[in-house]
Amino acid sequence: MIEIDGVSYGYGTTPVLRDVSLSLPKGGVTALIGPNGAGKSTLLSLMGRLLPLQSGRVRFDGLDVARTPSETLALKLAVLRQETVLGTRLTVEDLVAFGRYPHCRGRPGEADRQAVAAAIEQFELGSLAGRFLDELSGGQRQRAFVAMTFAQATDYLLLDEPLNNLDITFARSLMRRLRSLADEHGRTIVVVLHDINYAAAWADRIVALKDGALVVEGEPEAVFRPDVLAAIYGVPIEVTRHQGRLAALYHWE
Amino acid sequence: MRLTAKAGLAAGLLLALALVSVQVGVGDFDPAGVLTDPGAQLLLFVSRLPRTAAVLLTGASLAVAGVIMQVIARNRFAEPTTAGTAQGAALGLLAVTLLAPAAPLFMRMGAASVTALATTAVFLVIVRRLPPTQPLLVPLVGIVYGGVLGAGETFVAYQHDLIQYLGTWMNGEFSGVVAGRYELLWLSGAAAIIAYAAADRFTIASLGKDASLGLGLSYGTVVALGLVIVSIITALVVVTVGMIPFVGLVVPNLVSRMMGDNLRRTLPWVAFAGATLVLACDIVGRLARYPYEIPVGTVFGVLGSGLFLWLLLRAPRHAT
Repeated sequence: MIEIDGVSYGYGTTPVLRDVSLSLPKGGVTALIGPNGAGKSTLLSLMGRLLPLQSGRVRFDGLDVARTPSETLALKLAVLRQETVLGTRLTVEDLVAFGRYPHCRGRPGEADRQAVAAAIEQFELGSLAGRFLDELSGGQRQRAFVAMTFAQATDYLLLDEPLNNLDITFARSLMRRLRSLADEHGRTIVVVLHDINYAAAWADRIVALKDGALVVEGEPEAVFRPDVLAAIYGVPIEVTRHQGRLAALYHWE
Repeated sequence: MRLTAKAGLAAGLLLALALVSVQVGVGDFDPAGVLTDPGAQLLLFVSRLPRTAAVLLTGASLAVAGVIMQVIARNRFAEPTTAGTAQGAALGLLAVTLLAPAAPLFMRMGAASVTALATTAVFLVIVRRLPPTQPLLVPLVGIVYGGVLGAGETFVAYQHDLIQYLGTWMNGEFSGVVAGRYELLWLSGAAAIIAYAAADRFTIASLGKDASLGLGLSYGTVVALGLVIVSIITALVVVTVGMIPFVGLVVPNLVSRMMGDNLRRTLPWVAFAGATLVLACDIVGRLARYPYEIPVGTVFGVLGSGLFLWLLLRAPRHAT
């Protein structure tokens, strides 16, 4: 279970998060949504101790991220930030193997090799295993990074906009894989998404932020209401169902 | 196995070059006389072997320092001479020469290490403020920064008639190496071995701060370790034989192109390539206008810039 208690954060004098409190049960996929600048990535970074907390508290199964040693947390949660320009030439297999670093500290054993092989298979990277990251397409590279976080074998996975730069095919297959990680491997996944329709289609829970504050959280049905979505994004959004599936339409006035 | 075959080939090449290096010099050396002739023994153990060892240690450790510099500066074009490290070491040496001329060698080395560490740390602080979208700003700023430091040193050295000293520190050559005057370089080899022991940490650090933290690694500690390793290697080289520019730039980029950046795998090759290239350049420098010598830094400057241009102009293998 993830408990977020009164978390506020500011860059200089600009507040980015205002007193966010939230509790997410173990298991399932939670989507973090909200307009640009809502504080989604900051919240995710604070949860993953990539940024130091200024106020409030974050706990994973009771482990306080501010007090638990980073090495211990690396066995509990894996975090993937938005892809930055990467100058390092590693092969896909080497990158995925680094996901095992918290477990083996550079001395991989049989269990580590199996976990790497399983991650490579799970994300269908077998044919790319020996290729360098800078020789891959954006989608393949993204898949390699997610495979690395999967190989870390943590209960919790925090992903910051993993669908960036991915076309429909890759985005859909990545969401399907995340879904199966939650359903078949019992992982708890928190993912920042831009496209609310992806959130409705694949997530169990949606958490919406706006201007650094929590607006609404709940099942997709609870969040996907025209008044709620209009309040979050500030534009009229029509909600419809197609063959029982939720969809938001926002390209027409 | 392919890897052992490659390693065997590399070791053979290095051994062959070392044998040539032992042969080449102004004094006639007869390998057959090693067992009987005291003159040949003296030449071998006082001059030829120490010189060869010094060249190998310098080349290998400078190349390793280059890789580590590139990791901690997060830039492919950073190396000790384009990051103010070598100039920082010279600053410490200059200070000791002026303030405590009778200071023993280890104190000179300590002072050079400390100032190298300080100037490199300042460089890292400056570099962190540069926009990551402009990677070429890093070496440019580094060259300007090193130039400013060097200009200050030249001014002070000129005032005190020490310009020649500055020249020997910044432009390395091995003709003065004899037994008893190079042994500090073994420490720089040891620093390179420490870098190898932490190879995985440096590779993870090269993935960025967030990725390092995510894997439970303290990014700041890794950068600090790298800073110490680079400063010590550079200071030792400057103190004993003088800096050889570009080794730390050319060799790591060459190896990265061919084998990637997983340092656990590539660092031995970086050390090997650095040792081999510098030794080859030293032999060329000894033979080019025999019996006189051309400093190894000059030979490497020509050869290294040629290699580096080829590296830059060769079409990249990836699409982006």
